[in-house]
Amino acid sequence: MTITEEPPRTKPQQLSHARDISRPGFYVKLVLMALVNAFGIYGILASWASKDFYILAFLAVTLAIADYVYFSKRAIPAKYLMPGLVFLAVYQIYVMGNTAYVAFTNYGDGHNDAKQPAITQILKTSDRRVEGTNTFPVSILEKGDVLSFAIVQDGTARVGDQENPLKNAPDAVIDGERVTEVPGYDLLKLADIQSRQKDVLALRVSLSDNPDDGWLRTDNGTLSYVAKSALVYNEAADTFTSPEGKVYTADAKQGLFVAADGTSLTPGWRVLVGVDNFTRMFTDSRLSGPFFKILVWTFVFAIASVLTTFALGLGLATIFNDARVKGRVVYRALFILPYAFPGFLAALVWKGMLNQQFGIINQSLLGGASINWLGDGTLAKLSILGVNLWLGFPYMFLVCTGALQSIPGELNEAAIMDGAGPFKRFRSVTLPLLLVSVAPLLIASFAFNFNNFSLIYMLTGGGPNFPGSPVLVGETDILISMVYSVAFESGVKQYGLASAMSIIIFVVVGFISWLGFRQTRKLEEVM
Amino acid sequence: MARPVKTETRLKGARWWKEVGWKHIVGIIVIAFCAFPLLYVLSASLSPGGTLTGSAKLFSEVSTKNYVDLMGTNFPTWMLHSLVVSTATALGTVLMASCAAYAFSRFRFAGRQGGLSALLIIQMFPQMLAFVAIFLLLLTLRDIFPFLGLGELMGLIAVYLGGALGANTFLIYGFFNTIPRELDEAAKIDGATHAQIFWGVIMRLVTPILAVVGLLSFVGSYGEFILAKIVLARPENYTLAVGLYVWASDERNAPWSLFAAGAVLAAIPIIILFMYLQKYIVGGLTAGGVKG
Repeated sequence: MTITEEPPRTKPQQLSHARDISRPGFYVKLVLMALVNAFGIYGILASWASKDFYILAFLAVTLAIADYVYFSKRAIPAKYLMPGLVFLAVYQIYVMGNTAYVAFTNYGDGHNDAKQPAITQILKTSDRRVEGTNTFPVSILEKGDVLSFAIVQDGTARVGDQENPLKNAPDAVIDGERVTEVPGYDLLKLADIQSRQKDVLALRVSLSDNPDDGWLRTDNGTLSYVAKSALVYNEAADTFTSPEGKVYTADAKQGLFVAADGTSLTPGWRVLVGVDNFTRMFTDSRLSGPFFKILVWTFVFAIASVLTTFALGLGLATIFNDARVKGRVVYRALFILPYAFPGFLAALVWKGMLNQQFGIINQSLLGGASINWLGDGTLAKLSILGVNLWLGFPYMFLVCTGALQSIPGELNEAAIMDGAGPFKRFRSVTLPLLLVSVAPLLIASFAFNFNNFSLIYMLTGGGPNFPGSPVLVGETDILISMVYSVAFESGVKQYGLASAMSIIIFVVVGFISWLGFRQTRKLEEVM
Repeated sequence: MARPVKTETRLKGARWWKEVGWKHIVGIIVIAFCAFPLLYVLSASLSPGGTLTGSAKLFSEVSTKNYVDLMGTNFPTWMLHSLVVSTATALGTVLMASCAAYAFSRFRFAGRQGGLSALLIIQMFPQMLAFVAIFLLLLTLRDIFPFLGLGELMGLIAVYLGGALGANTFLIYGFFNTIPRELDEAAKIDGATHAQIFWGVIMRLVTPILAVVGLLSFVGSYGEFILAKIVLARPENYTLAVGLYVWASDERNAPWSLFAAGAVLAAIPIIILFMYLQKYIVGGLTAGGVKG
């Protein structure tokens, strides 16, 4: 590895020109750093406002380091490393760390937030109108995607949304009892309200910071009334009590308020659940069945893809590594066409071609057959391997052609002198030499196919689906598309479980890469 | 006049068929296999039928209607998005990775060895494996930096740039190490600063190879699907990969011939780049880099 070679040490570093104001570069830097600082300080203020203190701390520290690095006369290497490292830290190292953390939580639908917002949410979803209170004509406003209520109370306009309680809006225009315009907001018309009915009906705007004061809600988009929760939250005991007297106690292990009879209130909150997500994969029989099938298919798919593409690529490379064949340049240029075509488009085109009713393969090539290429488990798997062969063999062909041409001809001639036939020559001379240079690529290709999400997702979407599985997965899903389905497409989003599955992929990929490193060295020793 | 003696080595008849001729037959079969889907998509893009149904006969009708119609859809926006995202990613990637490679190649500092080994390890794990956490990160960022959050092209570019250092620093580090240090020394004696050495000496010498790294990164992000699908939620914001997926995935009502026309146009820049980049891929520049 190149790391170990140590170039000659240079003499003590000269100091940098970091504060040399006579150079124009300094002013370019000044402008750039001003932008960085503006960005950082904006972020610090915004994260203060939204109470994201980890982000605030990260921004403050990073900004301080950046200012030091770029205005110090020392730390020259850091000047070059910093931009890349910041991106790496946020979008690769942090997200990987967070995957590991989320894998041990119950994060997902129903457990989306911390405990306090969950309590507020429970209160708001179980509300009823407070008897004897007034109704307010309400105007529904929109800013970005966020809906707000605007009402007239004691002659002043007040505006608030789901997150922010009602506040006076002195610059709003009032007509009688109704607010007709608030600067910076769009007023929703009746038709808009109808199209966003669900959001409007779900909106609760607190009257003040104290949840006991209740909140405004509307049943029709024109009149609003004050509502309060039917459930009573007791902060000291950390329990909810329903009007019927049923008591729900906070269970910190599950992140739920649970009653003695086992019923619980939604939503819950996020808690660490230990290795639950991992054990579920193996012990929850409804989940573990599909999981094991998918695990096996992932390996079968990756190994078979590498072997088929390599076999075809090597075969063709061997056949066309023959000076007597005219027009080899043309053949080569045409053979790599599938490789030049973007992979995601190829998967989609094949999906159309393999369509059972209208696809060209059934319709024209097979004379009106009705073969369910993508809808039948076994056929879908074969189709995927076939399409991946089309996509992948040109790469193997290119690589093998290069490797074959670098094998000295004398070796083969020597083997001929020793009386070896063509097959024996291929097995004992060509193949071992070829593998030395190609083995790392085969391992990389395995790792790539192990996570070949777009092919699977675009061609079959993982289908045909397993019936009765609690997550939406099917026979051709591989691990990474299963993770996607668990996280985003199975109705209930389960980020915790999905992250736990990602960890398994990480382990496999890490192991393969490590194997790759070892393998390369081993084969070199054989040389 | 002396003419070179022409030696007849050409095989004839049955022996030619046995040793060479059959290879041409294999070649033609393989070409048919390679070209068929491409001819199909071209034919579908020229068929005015509109749906998958009418596409089963190659070149039965030819019109440019779909290409004209395409201009009235979101397609031009998607194409523009893809080009912007990929170009920004390629430029940012090359710039940040070369800066990092310069630091590792030309300076000796505490943590250099550790940093290189760490990069080597990080390089093993593709960024997209953590897509769930990336989604959650962008969900949080939306509240603080709306332009870096979910649904924003800038957010997607930032995510791609996050993967830049891990994947490319080593490659460029290798190139930088091949440039003799005497050149730096000479420039230093002439009074050049470290920035002038970087931009004026090193970057100049490796520009062609950096262009190749950048183009490969362009091709990579052009075809990237999973992260783009997670980040971009609205049709006005899609990149080509997401937009064309949405068109093609609805089989019954899909605007199939529009998709086909879009696919042809989307593929053209990549095919051109590939013809040019082919030799570097074989040369092992991307050891094991399998195109996405």
